[in-house]
Formats: sequence, structure tokens, C-alpha cells
Amino acid sequence: MSSAANKYDACIAGIYEHPLRVAPDHTVAQLHAEVARGALLDAGLTLDDVDGYFCAGDAPGMGPVSMADYLGLKKLRYLDSTDTGGSSYLTHVNHAARAIAAGQCKVALITLAGRPKSEGSSGTQVRSQWASAPDFAFEKPYSPAPLNTYAMCAMRHMYEFGTTSEQLAWIKVAASHHAQHNPNAALKDVLTVDDVLNSPMIADPLHRADCCVVTDSGGALVVVHPDIAKTLKKPVVTMMGAGETTKGQMGGKVDLTYSGLAWAAPLAFKEAKLTPEQIRYASIYDSFTITVLIQLEDLGFCKKGEGGKFVEGGQLISGKGKLAFNTDGGGLCNNHPANRGGMTKVIEAVRQLRGEAHPAVQVPNLEFALASGIGGALGTRHGASVLIMGRLQ
Amino acid sequence: MSQTNQKHSEHRLPSPVANPENKAFLEAAQKDELLIKYCNSCKESHYYPRTICPHCGSDDTTWIKSAGLGEIYSYTVMRRGVEVPFAMAYVKLQEGISMLTHLTNCDFDSIRVGQKVRVVFQETQDGQKTHLFEPI
Repeated sequence: MSSAANKYDACIAGIYEHPLRVAPDHTVAQLHAEVARGALLDAGLTLDDVDGYFCAGDAPGMGPVSMADYLGLKKLRYLDSTDTGGSSYLTHVNHAARAIAAGQCKVALITLAGRPKSEGSSGTQVRSQWASAPDFAFEKPYSPAPLNTYAMCAMRHMYEFGTTSEQLAWIKVAASHHAQHNPNAALKDVLTVDDVLNSPMIADPLHRADCCVVTDSGGALVVVHPDIAKTLKKPVVTMMGAGETTKGQMGGKVDLTYSGLAWAAPLAFKEAKLTPEQIRYASIYDSFTITVLIQLEDLGFCKKGEGGKFVEGGQLISGKGKLAFNTDGGGLCNNHPANRGGMTKVIEAVRQLRGEAHPAVQVPNLEFALASGIGGALGTRHGASVLIMGRLQ
Repeated sequence: MSQTNQKHSEHRLPSPVANPENKAFLEAAQKDELLIKYCNSCKESHYYPRTICPHCGSDDTTWIKSAGLGEIYSYTVMRRGVEVPFAMAYVKLQEGISMLTHLTNCDFDSIRVGQKVRVVFQETQDGQKTHLFEPI
């Protein structure tokens, strides 16, 4: 492996995705604890090994203060509660890797969990946490829900570049091909383009099948110093590059055709010393089909405006197309825990690098993988985060 | 995409919450006036309104009255959820800035990006007025 693969001197050693998709009999804290335990067991570590803890706005109470006490973490010397919505957990991996490289901690635990399915949340509702935002007075009368702000991005993309609903549908079709092999996936039926187009229109031009699932669930990651990773039994996944930023309405100079990844992705590729052409598997944040299409362009897998042509005909289906994506079924079909899909993006990328994805969707001899995240709402303001990881040979 | 042929929104508009930075804007709306913020330093308008210019960082910002004319930058018709349908849009004003809004007095199935629109004011759930746009 090139020295670039050890740039941060940090590795992802533990992953765990909660198997439940509906969990009415769990507390949110309990789900956090179950995924924490699962990821530490996966790594071969225990709660007593953890000296860095990371969580975001889905964590109950005072975030890391409440959860560290609940989990019984006794050796903490590094905390981070950065909240950029669903992209938070990619950002946490980046921050954990830098903290480990700087000697601030050696075993960092990152957790996510929530119960939006049991609590009746959906993408058609205005999110209460937006109420204190300084812009909210200028948006509240118009009921911006996650779904309708993404729909406006799709409408503008179609207007400027001729992107079609059929092309967007191919993204869901590819995700459904992968989800059929995931026994835990919320949606396991293989869909056709017509299935997507015939599903009810929710917010023009997005159909129900253009949307992700709403699930109770959670996930956790353990990021460790390479000296520790080498003592563990799992294949070693190293951090190679990362980028993060935010994008909003830019003082009224609104442009809905691109995401913050247009700025963050070049930073990650430069740091990893790689190009998009070298990536054969990518976990692309998939709250909606349009989210994927815009990111594919911003990540450099195709030119701006050509995402529609890039995805059509099954080009995102593993083993068939030119870029395998979201081989667990992604947020579109498998799991979008706590309405925050970033955690599962990292988990499936690590599975792929370890060779632990389902055999039907595993990319053979995978050396590099990318995970991306969009948090908040693409059409108003969002966090954008990207990770590039490698497998230590 | 037509389950509806709606002309007016059935959506009862929630009210904006006043604060020291938006008080003048909300008071003007009660008089059917649309205010935007203009920066005397960089000569640019901005939206949403705030004290310090997001383009250049100057605190020399002032309220100006918008002509209330513009075109649809993008839109969506919300067809599922509470109190649907309603047509949300970003309207790009002549003054160069885009604002989140609703469209009204139009067939929701014939809205188009680029369509010319003008501001109108409508009462919210508790009788305040807020701005929407209608096709010209």
C-alpha cells in the first residue's frame, strides 16, 4: 500500500448496523448502546478501550455528555458532537482520524440511532429543529420539508440539463437490485423504471419511489490508531482523504444544481492522491434519487449535467455497471436510520473494502472506496462530507 | 403529474416569528410591501435579510423596497402530506436575489421554470400577511 493510505495514521476497525428497521420497544439511548457494543465487538475491543466519543443531534439529552454516561465510558479524553445532519458521521470519521493522528485519542467510537418510524416522522413534515434558525421566519410560512426542497433541486436540474424522471428512476432500480440480497433491507423487491414512475407523485417531479425509507435503527463505527488496528483480526481499512463543507442559499444567490461536494470532493481526492476514475465502489448519500445524481457529478464521476446519462441503463448496479453504489440497498431501499444516512454509507464502504459485502454485490479485489454525505436539505442548506478509504494489502 | 388542477393553495400558511432583525420586513408585509436588504458597501442585495451583509461582511446595510417582480427559478407541487396541494418555489427577483415562497392564483399543473411572476400578499393562519407570487 502506498504511504498515502496511511496519511492520517487512522483506520476504521469496527462497524455495526442495527438489524431492526422498526424498533418501537427500544429507547434511542438503548439503540446507541447496542450499536456501540456491536461495533466494538466487531473490532475486538470493549467499551473500556474507548478514549474518544463522537455523536450528533440524534443522540438524546446533552449528546456526548448524556451518552458517555449512559454507555459507561470512563477513559474519554476527546469529544466531538459536530452536527451536520445526515453527513455528521462521515465528518466524525474525518475528525476522529485527525484526532488520532494528532495523538489526542487512540480508540474513537461514533454512534447514531433513532426511531423516526415509530415516532411517525416523514419527509413531508417541517423539521422542528429548524425552528431556531435565523432564516426560519422567511421559510416557515412556506412549509419547507426535506422532500419539497430536494424536489426543487430535481426540477431545476431537469430544466437546465434535460435530466428525466426515467434517469432518476434508474438510481432506485439499481438500489433495489442490491437490496434483494440484504435480508435486513426495509424494501427487498426489485423495481423497474416503470415501477418508480408509476408510484404516486409526492412532490413534483419526485415520486414515492424516488424517496428513501424511513427507519428506526442505528449504526456505529470504531476508528483506531494503526498500531491497534494491526493487532485486531479484521482486514485493515485506512483513511486516505476527506473533505467537508456546508452550502446554503448564499445570500440569495441560489443555485440548486450542485452540492457542497463540488468544493469538498476535490480536497478529498487531492489528499488521497486519487482520481474518481480509480474508484470502483462508492456509497453515495441517497435521501432521494436526485441527491445521488447531483453528487455523482460533484464527486467527479461525470461532468455537471451528465448525471442522467451516467446512471441510465443500470450503470450503478454492482457487477453490471461502471460504478457499483450502495450495495446494501442504501437509504433508498435498506436503511436510513434516524433520517440520517451517513452512518450506513461508511459501514457498507468498509464492508466492501473488507470483502464482507454480500457475494452477489461484492466488488472483487477492491482497493479503494468512497463514501459521501449530504446533511440537512439540499435545496436550502446542507452539510457535505466525503471520505476516501483504502484496504491495507 | 396531474392528480390536481388546483388554482389556489389549500395550505393555511403558518406565521413567521418576529425578531429584531426581521421586524421591519414583517411590518412592511402587512402593508403589502416587499422589503429586501441592500448593502451600501458592496452594492449587492441579499436575502434572507440580516444585519451584516453575507456577501462582504459590512454592517452598512439598509432596507429597500423590491418591485416584487421576478421569475420562477424552480418549483415543486407538494401533493402528499398535510394540507396539500401547495406550490413551493424559489422566485428570482429583478433585484438579483432568490427567495423561498409559494405560488398562487395559477393552475398547479401548468407552472413552468422561467415563468414571470409578481408578488401578492396573503393572510397566514393568525391573520398576519406574508408574501407569495402569482404568474403575470
